Amino acid sequence: MSPLITLVLKRVGLGVLTLWVISVLIFVGVELLPGDLAEEILGQNATPETVAAFRRELKLDLPPHARYLAWLGGLTEGDLGNSLANGRPIAELIGWRFANTLFLAASTAVVAVPISIFLGILAALYRNSLFDRLISMATLSTISFPDFFVAYILIALLSVQLLLFPSVSNINPQMSLLEKLYAIVLPCLTLTLVVVAHMMRQTRAAIINILSSPFIEMAHLKGLRRARVVVRHAFPNALSPVINVVALNLAYLVAGVVIVEVVFAYPGMGQLLVDSVTKRDIPVVQASGLIFAATYVTLNLLADVFSIISNPRLRAPR
Amino acid sequence: MTSLEKVEELLEQGKITRRRFLAQASALGVGAALSPMLFGGKAQAAAPKRGGRLRLGLAGGSTTDSLDPATITDMMVQVINQGQIRNNLVEIDADIRPVPELAESWEPSKDAMQWVFKLRKGVEFHNGKTLDADDVIYSINHHRGKDTKSGAKGIVEAIKDIKKDGKHTVIFTLSGGNADFPFILSDYHLSISPAGSNFLDGVGTGGYILKDFEPGVRAFAVRNPNYFKSDRAWFDEVEIIGIADVNARTNALKTGQIDVMNRCELKTVLLLKRIKGIQVMQQNGFKHYTFAMRCDTAPYDKNDLRLALKYAVDREQMVKTILRGYGEVGNDHPIGSANRYHAAELEQRRYDPDKASFHLKKAGVGNITFDLSAAEAAFVGAVDAAVLYKESAARAGITINVVREPNDGYWSNVWMKKPWCAVYWGGRPTEDMMFSTAYAADADWNDTFWKNERFNELLVAARAELDEKKRRQMYVEMQSLVRDDGGVVVPMFVADLAAASDKIAHGKLGVNWELDGMRCSERWWFV
Repeated sequence: MSPLITLVLKRVGLGVLTLWVISVLIFVGVELLPGDLAEEILGQNATPETVAAFRRELKLDLPPHARYLAWLGGLTEGDLGNSLANGRPIAELIGWRFANTLFLAASTAVVAVPISIFLGILAALYRNSLFDRLISMATLSTISFPDFFVAYILIALLSVQLLLFPSVSNINPQMSLLEKLYAIVLPCLTLTLVVVAHMMRQTRAAIINILSSPFIEMAHLKGLRRARVVVRHAFPNALSPVINVVALNLAYLVAGVVIVEVVFAYPGMGQLLVDSVTKRDIPVVQASGLIFAATYVTLNLLADVFSIISNPRLRAPR
Repeated sequence: MTSLEKVEELLEQGKITRRRFLAQASALGVGAALSPMLFGGKAQAAAPKRGGRLRLGLAGGSTTDSLDPATITDMMVQVINQGQIRNNLVEIDADIRPVPELAESWEPSKDAMQWVFKLRKGVEFHNGKTLDADDVIYSINHHRGKDTKSGAKGIVEAIKDIKKDGKHTVIFTLSGGNADFPFILSDYHLSISPAGSNFLDGVGTGGYILKDFEPGVRAFAVRNPNYFKSDRAWFDEVEIIGIADVNARTNALKTGQIDVMNRCELKTVLLLKRIKGIQVMQQNGFKHYTFAMRCDTAPYDKNDLRLALKYAVDREQMVKTILRGYGEVGNDHPIGSANRYHAAELEQRRYDPDKASFHLKKAGVGNITFDLSAAEAAFVGAVDAAVLYKESAARAGITINVVREPNDGYWSNVWMKKPWCAVYWGGRPTEDMMFSTAYAADADWNDTFWKNERFNELLVAARAELDEKKRRQMYVEMQSLVRDDGGVVVPMFVADLAAASDKIAHGKLGVNWELDGMRCSERWWFV
């Protein structure tokens, strides 16, 4: 069997194990939080009797391990269960939200990844020039600000002052693709500013690292142009770390954008997860957590596979 | 349609003149001030007209929300439930009076223990069913009984029996007399759905039909062409967008993406007021913040100590800094100036370090530190308010230690558990509801664990008293009992602040709940 396939199979197996451990951790974590769904939903209105009725109906009075096993049993049959809070199927709650989250992440990635790699190559090419310093300074400043701050600045400038883009990105199914893209310009720009620095710096560092290798010196000695040396000789060899950092940032774009979603009232997974944790809606928290974890596992796996494919030495090990 | 509504409609259609309208209205025995069409502020001047899509950007929505009236807790679904899809038997008008909604009229027995409600005839649900007594009984029973999950269980507990008498009469028998019973039926939980309904499909009798609802995110409703009120529900469509972040709401209003926002930020509302094309709406209602002491726990079981702490708080300063002036000082009882029987004659308690230290000495508890539990979950600014309290008390020689509690689980782990803590109260439209909910000896939420014999006697007597004057006397005495003996410090009543584009017009605002008693969707219109 090709070593690549063995690796993929091994990693998938480990991934499933990781997901199971995560599901246990999430369950225990939410259990440890004070209060349960009945108390959180009723809030100040809770009386001992209504809380007890709530628990009876939703089977919250069963011991934790019984509830966990029941949930796991459902999951193995492909059933994510129903939300405890409003009884709706979780697949229905999560489906379109996850699609929205992916839509925002993909739109951002399409903009951010090429820009950061391009800037990274340029910065490596003109290392220590004024351009390199400027670009590093600019991207490092945007990454240093909290994402909500970047978002508010963009809203204040581009939405409130110049009236160019909407400040609220509440996309809904009735909108056309173009309307949706217009609605998400600001969150997309915010996230781009937040992720560019990381990927751009990594690209720059990886290329610079390669530039000190003997074969690059050879290329220079052959009289090749600097740009050609960097793009054709150095960059392909620097791909592996770049792919890894891109994967990490893509995972962040899917799982880590709760605050940006709140600032722009964007209907993604983030708000669902926050609300469900607040109300102790454990099945929804479990499902969302698993989806986020699966995203990380999958993207990491893909990054490794692509690293191997991009590197002949790993592709055919001796 | 009442006769007044009829002449109002004629006026609106230009079929009669204003002079004639006035004559007709006074012939009907109603003051012209009742009609928002004639007088009032800028926004109230024009006659209501149909059309447009109202876009509400609201805080108070959660993805865990449900349309079931039993578990409704916050603004987004409340606005859908009241003024959009459903109606109650009784509505509270802008002057905090109960007026008929799905009920046509009602009549109490002499002891106010039996109430006969006549239902409006020919009212249709969105699914075409005609409203009758069975629907009412089914909807109210949803909140009664052993297995109910309803937050309204406490308030309908006094209903001993509901039965129908023909298709359009419902008879409520109470376990004790209650002159305010119509107010209870106006509670937002007690909205009416068709019999047999699962309460989740959103079918009601309301002015709008729900087309699309994604909890916490968006709701979209269109006008109900068969609505039984002809002078309500002016918009063609109403869209609610859940926007939890206050800055996002403000920006959306400024950039014209929404027409109305609720819960303005106190810090920036001044800036909002300066923007052209935006109106800020302030409602001084029943909402108040308290610091509840457990009277069953030492040292708070001594009234002198409680008085010492009541004199040690600087109310004016709290209203000025915590509420930025958008509120009123409280007088250590939960009845605000918007309530019918508010005791304006009671002397306002003021910050008095001398009296505070006098009562502290008299209590004889020695030099101890009082732990005051607070968290932002109690109310916005609770921790700051507690720190202010600590500072003002220090000048009276009282040591307060502010304990910052976690927001998460505040209502289950701190409130009614810790001996002294910050509390939020939405308030109630009647004195009886407020006192029975949180001050009666056996109330589930008697968060001060206060048991005053005279107070509890008066509570039962006043509830059944149909004579206005005697009732008023009793409620005044009860307010003074809470003020001088109770375990609660009520430093402030807080106003609701909403903002809207000035294209929105409205009559006098109902202060019983946010956004015109939650009924902005059916009461407001576009100029």
